[in-house]
Amino acid sequence: MTLPNYTKPLPEITPHMAPYWHGLQMHTLLLQMCVSCTRFRFPAASICPHCLSSESHWQQVSGDGVLSSYATFHKAYWPSFSGSIPYSVIQVQLDVGVKLYSNWYADQPKEPLIGMSVVAQYEHVSDAVTLLKFSPREQSK
Amino acid sequence: MAYTKPNAPPVAVVGVGNTRYGLMPEYDAYDLGVIALKQALDEAQLPIESIDGLILSRVPDYQRFAEMCGINPAYTLTTPGHGRFSGICVQTAVAVLQAGLAKTIALVYGNNGKSEGQRYGGDTDSYGSGGAGFWFPYGMTSPGAFHALMMQSHKHQYGTTAEQLAEIPMAFRHHASLNPQAVMRQPFDLETYLNSRYICDPLRLLDYCLINDGGVALILTTEDRAKDLPQKPVYVRSMAQRSSFTDSTFPPEDFWRGPMQSASQETFSRLDVKQADMDALMVYDNFSPTVLFSLEGFGYCNVGEGGSFIEGGRLKLDGQFPTNTSGGHLSESYMQGWALQLEAVRQLRGSCGDRQVANARNIHYMAAAPVITSIVYGDQP
Repeated sequence: MTLPNYTKPLPEITPHMAPYWHGLQMHTLLLQMCVSCTRFRFPAASICPHCLSSESHWQQVSGDGVLSSYATFHKAYWPSFSGSIPYSVIQVQLDVGVKLYSNWYADQPKEPLIGMSVVAQYEHVSDAVTLLKFSPREQSK
Repeated sequence: MAYTKPNAPPVAVVGVGNTRYGLMPEYDAYDLGVIALKQALDEAQLPIESIDGLILSRVPDYQRFAEMCGINPAYTLTTPGHGRFSGICVQTAVAVLQAGLAKTIALVYGNNGKSEGQRYGGDTDSYGSGGAGFWFPYGMTSPGAFHALMMQSHKHQYGTTAEQLAEIPMAFRHHASLNPQAVMRQPFDLETYLNSRYICDPLRLLDYCLINDGGVALILTTEDRAKDLPQKPVYVRSMAQRSSFTDSTFPPEDFWRGPMQSASQETFSRLDVKQADMDALMVYDNFSPTVLFSLEGFGYCNVGEGGSFIEGGRLKLDGQFPTNTSGGHLSESYMQGWALQLEAVRQLRGSCGDRQVANARNIHYMAAAPVITSIVYGDQP
């Protein structure tokens, strides 16, 4: 069941990405790691872009990272976002190397600074979907 | 003296054509392509039967298009309606001609995106690596947002300002005011730019290209044939292509600088001229910042100094590097690089009227995207 009044787009949970979404439901961050070269990749795929190995497993990682960039939407591309504008999309680089787009969890910092440390937060939006969001490290203590 | 391939026959553009740009619901992509192609054939004084190579972009079905035109070309290729493919198609045409697979190639682009209600954000957004749907739950969508993230990084790393970025759309709008074909022709000042609404901060409405319907066509052939045709030949003097696909779901940390530098070096290594010798530039301008990144990447200014480089009207018609003299995607129309190829040809023919660059002899087309293309057009081989 989706949270009442939650009308924003939901992810399509593909077989490749199912372990990631299952992990988020349990408030853990699982990423696909290459068994051969031990590097992470995201989104999940059947081969490693670094060594072409087809062997992989899902590894729990820290949700720590840094803010790489951000942009603030003043246009709502979906009606469900019209009540949210302006809202920021952030680009995060996790300490394990993987990049992600996300949003701030709860309120965004007054002055986001590229390079600032961020930590993972988990936002439950439906029975099947928990979204990975971030907050500044300082404010999370 | 400089050939795109050593000892291969030089290739020239011998005919160009385009529809008007705007909202034209009475035409589909085939119709728009056909109108442009007929105009290109007319000015080249070539019969349709002479076309033995057909390269299409954004026209959905090559078979239907050739059937409509009543031709059976020896070489056929169709490419997706991505802006990076205009440069790719020109380069492919040169290679096909130099390989002898065809003698006279028509490149045809037909885009009815405005009438179709094509959107570059929201549910139908397919920009990026495999489409952007994975990020829709976060409200992340649109190529504009991708470039906004890049611009934010550029501001942070180099101190580039909104006032500097404004120089790009202001210069192109000035050029559009001199171009009867341009869709947006009213010049604007810095204050107007700064007061225009944000679409995705740090990008404003005036940093975005203009989606319109339109068709564009070019006819290319080898020098021996080009010399017998009525239009002054415009030669593809040198060209290069690179890509940046790894990790391309996310903005490139180097603003595509590495592949651009490499493409630019290869392009100029085959020429007796350098960047400083270019009489005009045609820079793929889906969004204003792309021009900034391109000038740095292709070696027109130092890394990180794009902002100060473009100050003072350097990109305007009377500046050091007149850029996108048609108004480009930001003010003439978003024809995905195709209309910029035409503008290069027309400038080198000397047929641009009020916006003509005096004595234009070499013009550099460049596109910064996950596929990087670089083409120097000239009035001599």
